[in-house]
Amino acid sequence: MSGSFLLRGGRVVDPSTGTDETADVLIRDGRIEAVGAGLSGDAEVVDCSGLVVAPGFVDLHTHVREPGREDEETIATASAAAAAGGFTAICAMPNTDPVADNAAIVEKVWALGREAGLVDVIPAGALSKGQRGEKMADIGEMVRSQARVRLFTDDGHGVQNALFARRAMEYLVAFDGIYAEHCEDEALAAGGQMHEGERSAALGLRGIPAEAEELMAARDIALARLTGCRLHLLHISTAGTVELVRRAKAEGVAVTCEATPHHFSLTDAALDEYDPNAKVNPPLRSESDRAAIVAGLVDGTIDAIATDHAPHALEEKDVEFQYAPPGLVGLETALGLALTHLVAPGHLSLLALVDRLSTTPARILGLEGQGRLSVEATANVVVFDPNATWTVDPQALSSRSKNTPFGGRTLTGRVVHTFYRGRPTVTDGAVKAGVMV
Amino acid sequence: MIKHLLSMDQLSADEITTVLDTADSLRQVTDRPIKKLPTLRGRTVCNLFYEASTRTRISFELAAKRLSADVINFSADSKSSVAKGESFKDTAWTLEAMGVDAIVVRHGSSGAPLQLSKWVKASVLNAGDGQHEHPTQALLDLFSIREHFKEFDGLNVAIVGDVLHSRVARSNVKGLVTMGANVTLVGPPTLIPPQAKGWGAEISHDLDAVLEDLDVVYLLRVQKERQSEQLFPSLREYASVWGLDARRATRLKRDALIMHPGPMNRGVEIAADVSEYPRSIILDQVTNGLAVRMSLLYLMLGGTEEVAA
Repeated sequence: MSGSFLLRGGRVVDPSTGTDETADVLIRDGRIEAVGAGLSGDAEVVDCSGLVVAPGFVDLHTHVREPGREDEETIATASAAAAAGGFTAICAMPNTDPVADNAAIVEKVWALGREAGLVDVIPAGALSKGQRGEKMADIGEMVRSQARVRLFTDDGHGVQNALFARRAMEYLVAFDGIYAEHCEDEALAAGGQMHEGERSAALGLRGIPAEAEELMAARDIALARLTGCRLHLLHISTAGTVELVRRAKAEGVAVTCEATPHHFSLTDAALDEYDPNAKVNPPLRSESDRAAIVAGLVDGTIDAIATDHAPHALEEKDVEFQYAPPGLVGLETALGLALTHLVAPGHLSLLALVDRLSTTPARILGLEGQGRLSVEATANVVVFDPNATWTVDPQALSSRSKNTPFGGRTLTGRVVHTFYRGRPTVTDGAVKAGVMV
Repeated sequence: MIKHLLSMDQLSADEITTVLDTADSLRQVTDRPIKKLPTLRGRTVCNLFYEASTRTRISFELAAKRLSADVINFSADSKSSVAKGESFKDTAWTLEAMGVDAIVVRHGSSGAPLQLSKWVKASVLNAGDGQHEHPTQALLDLFSIREHFKEFDGLNVAIVGDVLHSRVARSNVKGLVTMGANVTLVGPPTLIPPQAKGWGAEISHDLDAVLEDLDVVYLLRVQKERQSEQLFPSLREYASVWGLDARRATRLKRDALIMHPGPMNRGVEIAADVSEYPRSIILDQVTNGLAVRMSLLYLMLGGTEEVAA
């Protein structure tokens, strides 16, 4: 029993049915019992007037760092950060230590997620043993484990060998698995610190050309066409990649892709003062790339907004720029950045935004209990204030790591409540105490 | 005057002129039997070097001593706390805790001096950071050019070689363009970033085509590892296409200057005999470096308090 809640008078936005109207939502015993006007019943009333009620967000791309780097993040702290950001499901990337390349590790990640009990933690599996791109990981065993892995990736690295990529795609077809790629040709990108362009030339930092991403995206699209495997391109960052995906979709190739909040809200200008917290891979690109990412989110070429939440310890980031590892934490700023940079300027409607943050990523992962608010659906719900402004304070984040380039920035839009399986995980902006240890 | 010297971007034409004029008057001190001024007595300058250096470190040390500052040298080598794993920031804070007034920093990582300037109260002088900038080199080069030509307006300067990886090139382009010179970057396309057009410089891949119009030919050091990165086929081919040999030197104007920041690869970017021509001012550059660095320390640390005797 997880209680009953009547979310009263909110703007209900549910892309699974195209709903965008003022209504009440009644949550009981972990499910949505009713959606409609003037509901009543024996339930705790939550006043949602002026707030948006939407299906909880689904992050296709979270680095939880456990096992291996529990000093940076654990599954419990990542879950808390996710709940604070309005998420009810996160896909845990496999580049842990040890790598999640077998059933035992993915089951451990899955079990720790259940223990934390704040979001669905959906483990992704590695494509190759140790993510070395040489020998296939135990793909079938991971699919058939309790974790029921659907998405496989060597994220952190792109698969450099085209034959390995082909074989992995062919093999995944048997399980209807998703081949997810971190698109980066490592020879072209070698030693790169930031996007290759005017700014890298002026700052004296080695550049990563857009082509390092686009070559691998083009290769993978060709291989997906050849094999019939479902392909998902992670964190795409260039105008060229958006166009490649747009054409592949028009042609009917089974490809989906995601983009991160930092790639639609920042450019390589963020590197002008060598801020290691703005160092990320793929790198922050040019203004025309950023605009193309926004356009791709608008026309649906880009299916999902994913955070690529990548916690790093202070001592690893507070160093010379070239020695800092790439990555930034993103779960708790995703909604604010999306409302500020996509909805406020009029690029995306709220309905389209919730689609990219929840309904479509849930569909990509095949999650029945996520991405919709229909009657009888699992009650994974976020309630957010689309107009509240707040200033990002890294020290106030729930994530164990504080590496964000958005510190001090004022964002519009803030999570007020999150319900996970009918139970409040965030109330009035605060992650529920006592749920996690 | 500026508190930190991180990039040539910070200096206007007037400020550059002030630095060069001050260097001019300070240089007279070095011709005296007692080569010392009391200006920075009681001040402490730390040379913090994360990369090997001979001329820049010694030049800064001597410049500070001629102004009566106390000087400490910290090399991040196998004998230092850095070898024990101390971070850049902790090293900076350690120096800060000892009360240094200025930190002269050479670092292999672009942007390290800017990061350092945010961590300490001392003035930071960039003595070369990664592939970003080397502003004191640019200022001493400007000083050396001005000695011969008096004015920069209309001077044709070619910077030849590995511009892509060169902090000297970035700082010199900025300084020369600010002062009104015409700058052409010359070298193979693998070593000239196409974005350099945005720096106010022309780009050429043909040294022979630009040679006759030059007032200054500035040769950059070609690092041997660039060959293994397949940026050009061989040092021999580099020398034959982009090196300044005697045959090419004869096509220069009679009063054109030959410059090099050192250390030279004789026989690669510059032929051994050419480096010893009278119009090669490579050693003058070194001499002038001392005066320019004295000028910077004087202006940044103590200039307003005392006047040079």
